Amino acid sequence: MTEFKTQEMTLNMGPQHPSTHGVIRFIVKSDGEVMDRAIPDVGYLHRSIEKISEAMTYNGFMPWTDRVDYLAAMNCNVAYAMAVEKLTGIQPTKRAEYLRVIAQELNRIISHLLAVGSLAMDVGAYTPFLHTLREREAINTLMEELCGQRLTYNYARIGGVIYDLPDGFVQKTLPVLDRVERALNEFNRLVTDNKIFLKRLGGVGVISREEAIDYNLVGPNLRGSGVKWDLRRDEPYSVYPELDFEVPVGCGEAGVLGDCYDRYIVRVKEITEACKIVRQCFEKMPAGDHMVKTPKKIRPPKGEVYTRVESTRGDLGVYLVSDGSDKPYRLKFRTSSFTAMSIIEKVSHGLMIADLIALIASLDIVAPEIDR
Amino acid sequence: MTLEEIFKELQKQFSTVPLELVVAKLPAAAGEVAGDSHIIVPADKLIEICRLLKVSDLFFFDCLSNLTAVDWKDRLEVVYHLFSYRHRQHLELKVKLPVDNPTVLHPTVPTVESIWKVANWLEREVFDLFGIIFEGHSDLRRIMLPDDWVGYPLRKDYKEEEDYHGITTTRPKLLQ
Repeated sequence: MTEFKTQEMTLNMGPQHPSTHGVIRFIVKSDGEVMDRAIPDVGYLHRSIEKISEAMTYNGFMPWTDRVDYLAAMNCNVAYAMAVEKLTGIQPTKRAEYLRVIAQELNRIISHLLAVGSLAMDVGAYTPFLHTLREREAINTLMEELCGQRLTYNYARIGGVIYDLPDGFVQKTLPVLDRVERALNEFNRLVTDNKIFLKRLGGVGVISREEAIDYNLVGPNLRGSGVKWDLRRDEPYSVYPELDFEVPVGCGEAGVLGDCYDRYIVRVKEITEACKIVRQCFEKMPAGDHMVKTPKKIRPPKGEVYTRVESTRGDLGVYLVSDGSDKPYRLKFRTSSFTAMSIIEKVSHGLMIADLIALIASLDIVAPEIDR
Repeated sequence: MTLEEIFKELQKQFSTVPLELVVAKLPAAAGEVAGDSHIIVPADKLIEICRLLKVSDLFFFDCLSNLTAVDWKDRLEVVYHLFSYRHRQHLELKVKLPVDNPTVLHPTVPTVESIWKVANWLEREVFDLFGIIFEGHSDLRRIMLPDDWVGYPLRKDYKEEEDYHGITTTRPKLLQ
């Protein structure tokens, strides 16, 4: 029998690759099908948003925050607005807070719909992706009615939101939410309980609780590893304390705690919770103004704040330093995809190359959010 | 545990180290500092302090939530936001690095990579954009910008090169 020599193979994946969810590159060191490690190479979408902020006025920078994470633009808007408000001491009205929560939770639904749909597509199930996109489309249309944009909303303002709800918005949204939940049931029957799908994700890409905290994973990725932590519940901001919702965590149903399936199922469950929150907001929302009066040129006092909000991909931190002028002195977005990306090199050890795709998709990495 | 208690405990443990507590308030009255309170630590004792903050049961800051820097022209400040999931506690640490000597382009600070794994990438980003060297870092390369990029963009005195590999970085004024 002939002996075959084996040696380490270096493969390039990306930056243009259908399953890298944007422009990300991996250098894969593998022995046949089994990876030794996948080294992420990021920065292809670096736009230096933090540097740009130093040349913009506080209000003028708002549209740029959309571009930090274009799938969760609403959360980025609100995170930035909250940081400026905290430093200046502007208090938005109660109605504005509710409008922000409604918009953020609708954003959470569409972002998670895309995440779970594309995860299914990445592991080989194309049809469910189209189903989730169909539902996403309905909410995108609602968002367009709310703020005129389908993706980069630019909706929040320092001191409130730009528009109140349009006429008939509630009546239009409620059936859409029902539809999303019905579609989710269908999606679960098609995908979540599917034996092949379970095998593709169960026990793959396991991240332990300690590792998740050490690498500062946040949001659904952290909850997938069994840490019951949600800023909306544990460090409540805005009007979240008045709302009733569950925080789903992974429990190792398909194999091991903290595997790809756990991260996936947390997102699926969060869609239902987000629907619940939007319905409650419609019931509890008070009448009133959607914007408080703010000075035309906002000049926060000299100082610095760090605020965190629960974005769809988890804890989004905004570190704002002001020198008392009308432009930010330093603005930093601490995004979740950046830290999620850094754990891949560690977790990829011993995985099959095909499972790398599942791992990236289950971490719900969005390329512009890594690079900013 | 309040910030003052943490500060007192740190002073007790590191009695010879000059630590400084900056108390800030929101909203701030005239004469007060606005924003988040923080503790300023010297660079040479950073590792010991961070290790204690992470391992001791009293603090247990198991998560490095954010690491960034601010350029104040006469000094660079490295900012650490720590968080404890067990105690639900925040802590902000700062290290001040003077850059008054123009021959010292790269101020150095020890790496906290051995304490929190996430620091690896966060420090690479700060190195890339501010040019701060993290001593002892296992893989200090540029992360956002190309390896052959000149300068550190988030420094206040950064001037962009005219071109990069023949690609111009400015464009003619459209109205001229």
